[in-house]
Amino acid sequence: MLRLILRDLRLVLRQGSDATAALMFFVLCVVLFPFGVGPEPNVLTRIAPGVLLIAALLAALLSMERLFQGDFEDGSLELLLLSPLPAEGVAIAKVAAHWLVTGVPLMIVAPLLALLLRMPADQLGLLVGTLALTTPLLSLIGAVGAALTLGARRSGVLLPLLVLPLYIPVLIFAAAGLDAGLSGLSPRPHLLLLGGMLCGALVLAPLAIAAALRAAHE
Amino acid sequence: MHRFANPARFLRIANAVLPWAAGLSAVCFAAGLYLGLLVSPPDYQQGDTVRIMYIHVPAAWMGMFTYSTMAVAAAAALVWKHPLAEVYAKAAAPLGAGFTALCLLTGSLWGAPMWGTWWVWDARLTSVLVLFFLYLGYMALVDAFDDPARGNKAGNILLLVGAVNVPIIKFSVEWWNTLHQPASVFRLGGPTIAASMLWPLLLMAVAFQSYFFAVVILRIRAGLAARRVQTLRLGQAN
Repeated sequence: MLRLILRDLRLVLRQGSDATAALMFFVLCVVLFPFGVGPEPNVLTRIAPGVLLIAALLAALLSMERLFQGDFEDGSLELLLLSPLPAEGVAIAKVAAHWLVTGVPLMIVAPLLALLLRMPADQLGLLVGTLALTTPLLSLIGAVGAALTLGARRSGVLLPLLVLPLYIPVLIFAAAGLDAGLSGLSPRPHLLLLGGMLCGALVLAPLAIAAALRAAHE
Repeated sequence: MHRFANPARFLRIANAVLPWAAGLSAVCFAAGLYLGLLVSPPDYQQGDTVRIMYIHVPAAWMGMFTYSTMAVAAAAALVWKHPLAEVYAKAAAPLGAGFTALCLLTGSLWGAPMWGTWWVWDARLTSVLVLFFLYLGYMALVDAFDDPARGNKAGNILLLVGAVNVPIIKFSVEWWNTLHQPASVFRLGGPTIAASMLWPLLLMAVAFQSYFFAVVILRIRAGLAARRVQTLRLGQAN
């Protein structure tokens, strides 16, 4: 499993384009907002959590389509499913690699962008913490959609249609946590709920991904 | 359940049930609408807008009922490869989407005079909207594959994943303190709704339910026929 994660990481490092494209998308998406709503500091501070979260969500979705596609097309997915590693293990490894490649860089860049959006500096820790809970959830839920749409016609349009409704609860609690922090309340209950969702998704999502991968393999 | 896995036996029973379901639906719609729109008293606070409830509440129940049964059918199809379960899920999906859309629309029409807004982002409304998107996503996913069996399987997995949403809808009015009123019919300690309003509501619920059965039987029949046509075509091509 570890070897599979390392293999995916090596592939990304050598090709490079997919992961950096998602990151660039995230940065540009956030930078567009001050032009769209005007550079007024109060407004920017108010919308900063939502903008960062939605941009992160879209960036995760953008890179999600390629998650299984390459392996599916060149047949390595079939070999992985035939290997002694259970399909659930393959699913966890692929999701972990995706999170390391897109989620972690996003967490590193987000505080800088938050400063551009005039978020108070004492909230940056909370922002990184929230993203640390949110981005693996996005990878897990998105991978279910990516596995389900493998080999579908118009899978590029289908994937957001399936995954975005399932992202809504994640977005609600992550944004509520950040908003609570900005207005001086405790973000703890929202973060605990997010953590609970992450625990549930860590257990259930690999099962769904594995079932979908097996269905695609048949 | 497995006794009805044979499509021929299922069709025999379903064809016997169909006229009764359709008739019951027509009678209950007539009685429920008459009682609800003309006989039952206006609410002391809401006035005549309360009558929207006789459509809104059964539509909401049916939206949830349809999704729950589809999720159970999806599980049966994945575990036992039950042949009718997939046909059922596919047949019920547009109906469930229709009920959910009706529920959202009538709720919005009721909210405009009562809450002073067409829409609020409270937990109940949001989770029902997610339910509606799940129906649309399921229908789009099932149709997106060249191989129908693969589409059905992907759709079944999606149905099971989305089933997380059903308890959230049911309990959203208790977990979060929101604008949508809590349950008043199915609750511990009996319904808190006056009998003169409860009866038309229950009649409408029976009407919606039997309408669903009648239409879903028709759609399953069409689905089975389509499958047969496909197998015959494949047989001819060989």
